[in-house]
Amino acid sequence: MNARQWLRAVGRYLRELTGEAEYDRYCGRHRRHHPLAPAPTRREYQVLRALHREAHPQGRCC
Amino acid sequence: MPATALPEADRSAPEKSRISARSILLWTTVALLGAVAWGVLALARGEKISAVWLVIAALGSYAIAYRFYSRFIARRVLQPDDHRATPAERLEDGVDFHPTDRRVLLGHHFAAIAGAGPLVGPVLAAQMGYLPGTLWIVAGVIFAGAVQDMVVLFLSMRRDGKSLGQMARDEIGRAGGAAALIAVFAIMIILLGVLALVVVNALAHSPWGTFSVAMTIPIALFMGFWMHRIRPGRVVEASLIGVALLLLAIAGGSWVQNSSLASTFTLSPTTLVFCLIGYGFVASVLPVWMLLAPRDYLSTFMKIGTIALLAVGVVVAAPVLHADAVSKFATSGTGPVFAGSLFPFLFITIACGALSGFHALVSSGTTPKLIRKESQVRMIGYGAMLMESFVAIMALIAAATLEPGLYYAMNAPAGLLGATAQSASHAVAGLGFTITPDQLTHAARAVEEQTLIARSGGAPTLAVGMSEIFSGVFGGTAMKAFWYHFAIMFEALFILTTVDAGTRVGRFMLQDMLGNVWKPVGRVNWKPGIWLCSGLVVAAWGYFLYSGATDPLGGINQLFPLFGIANQLLAAVALAVCTTVLVKSGRLRWAWVTGVPLAWVVAVTFTAGWQKIFSDDPKVGFFAQRAKYADAIDAGQVLPPAKTLDDMHTVVTNSTVDGVLIALFLLLVAVVLVNAAVVCLRAVRAPGVLPTTEAPYVESRIDVPEQAGEALAGARS
Repeated sequence: MNARQWLRAVGRYLRELTGEAEYDRYCGRHRRHHPLAPAPTRREYQVLRALHREAHPQGRCC
Repeated sequence: MPATALPEADRSAPEKSRISARSILLWTTVALLGAVAWGVLALARGEKISAVWLVIAALGSYAIAYRFYSRFIARRVLQPDDHRATPAERLEDGVDFHPTDRRVLLGHHFAAIAGAGPLVGPVLAAQMGYLPGTLWIVAGVIFAGAVQDMVVLFLSMRRDGKSLGQMARDEIGRAGGAAALIAVFAIMIILLGVLALVVVNALAHSPWGTFSVAMTIPIALFMGFWMHRIRPGRVVEASLIGVALLLLAIAGGSWVQNSSLASTFTLSPTTLVFCLIGYGFVASVLPVWMLLAPRDYLSTFMKIGTIALLAVGVVVAAPVLHADAVSKFATSGTGPVFAGSLFPFLFITIACGALSGFHALVSSGTTPKLIRKESQVRMIGYGAMLMESFVAIMALIAAATLEPGLYYAMNAPAGLLGATAQSASHAVAGLGFTITPDQLTHAARAVEEQTLIARSGGAPTLAVGMSEIFSGVFGGTAMKAFWYHFAIMFEALFILTTVDAGTRVGRFMLQDMLGNVWKPVGRVNWKPGIWLCSGLVVAAWGYFLYSGATDPLGGINQLFPLFGIANQLLAAVALAVCTTVLVKSGRLRWAWVTGVPLAWVVAVTFTAGWQKIFSDDPKVGFFAQRAKYADAIDAGQVLPPAKTLDDMHTVVTNSTVDGVLIALFLLLVAVVLVNAAVVCLRAVRAPGVLPTTEAPYVESRIDVPEQAGEALAGARS
């Protein structure tokens, strides 16, 4: 792998790790399950995500 | 861990020789390297050796343990089945449950379990020399810590991601379950209080540190708005901007320190305590996207980056260990940093990094819902814990590279050291080590701090060690002060994230418990209920933080054993649940895999707890300490290090509270253990296997392995 491919791989990994890629996956899922309903926009999804996180606190260890 | 490089050699060729010649050669080399490194550590007496030997010994042992022991546990004891669908596959909802790439999940899980714990404990334990700490970190993680994480992860995964408390209730019984729940809550409060105290000790009277840590709040708010409002969902770019701003804030601290703003950011420990309490409350009632989520990303990036940097630094700079291999305090038990003998106190001082009960909460919450294939519990549960253990080894190295004189001048209680370089130098000489007042002032000036005397809590010591290592590789002595404050900021960032998240988790637990008494409090969106419960949780850890910051005997020195015992007791609960499940599911033959670490951690915590309660030595026993100071008050005397009668009363109150708490913890865990023992006995006597609480088998449809692994020799016996 050359430098550019490495950088791209790291970028992809970080997107997955931080959950940034979640939206794409969510849209894919949404299309499969509700093909007629419009998928939420990125902004709407972010609000949903924040609400969900609000109700499901995640502990961080020491 | 080069986990991906480990060959799963024998899957495809079950009939031929089970292990290829290449694999034998590779693992013989690894074993030899590790053995040589351990040999060097064991034989070095009197002469100074390089830290690289510690690194090789640890990594060699981890590789062997991962390849052989974790594989043994997986194949013989847990028997994961890749034909069975995991909850991530069965219950996929795109939110909580979804099959995640194992490398991504490893990153997630590691970020959730690794925090300030493995950085603080080993630094304090360096008082007994680097060798006992290293042995415990390596042996502890291989046979106890990583085993606990992996087995809990597996059990929770088989139960659709149930929490440790629920599993305790289902597998052990109502009494055990309730005791486990209360223990988890109480232990979390202590943990938050002690971690916050580490931050207070690191930032007190340090305008540079205080400024840069304070700046994390506006930076996190900015990132929050970026990710939520300006460019929704762009986490990576927001985090990169955040990290850049953070580095700027650290550099800016140097400028603030020399400007007229310096006095604004020079805060006493008590002021910092109230700032942290206020911050903790506000952070836990604000929406998560504003402060908590961005801070979490920032902390993850800094964590992974700095740990990688530290690993490179240790290998490239190859610092020499200046601490003794085994110090005299290991045998006498009279060390100034924490009192008590090597057994049991070393094993509770180093909790995270060797065995940490708190991981059982992470391993039984989010991670099991994201596992793609059952066999991956080995890499994620066992592997991530080995990585955390390596962080602990590096922290130990950083502390052991300091001159012992400086180490004790930084870590002994303030009451012993006094306030000036002269008094500290004198006190260190009394401990049997040397550091001149000039050296002490010089060391403080090198990192641009007013003083390094009695900066207990582990963070400043680690920061000095890290600044030595980093400046040897990047930037030279001119960068020393920058690296010192970089390390302080990095630890404070972790801890504040843990405090935010912990307060929130505590609030939910409290709402859950109080909701049984009065319904409205339990509703998660009723604002007064949220405020009340947040306030209660913050007040609870705030109490320990305040009493620690004002304790004349040194808060860390008094409270850290409490924290260690609490964390290890949680491990005892987790291991008890694991052992009970193994026995109940007809695997009595393999119950020693979690049973032996359980017996060990019970022996450690109950001995430590017993000594903390009943020891006659006022340095060790809380009640002996209480009696000593109470008698002195009756006689109208003021005993040093207390300076006034008020100080004396503080000591009496604190030691009473600490002693009662330890007794309460032991009692709760004893309830869980007795209940578990009864259940195990019943299971052994019962004919056949008891009913299981596992989710039923469902055939997997993703990445189904082509054929099963070969039959295990003796599997049918």
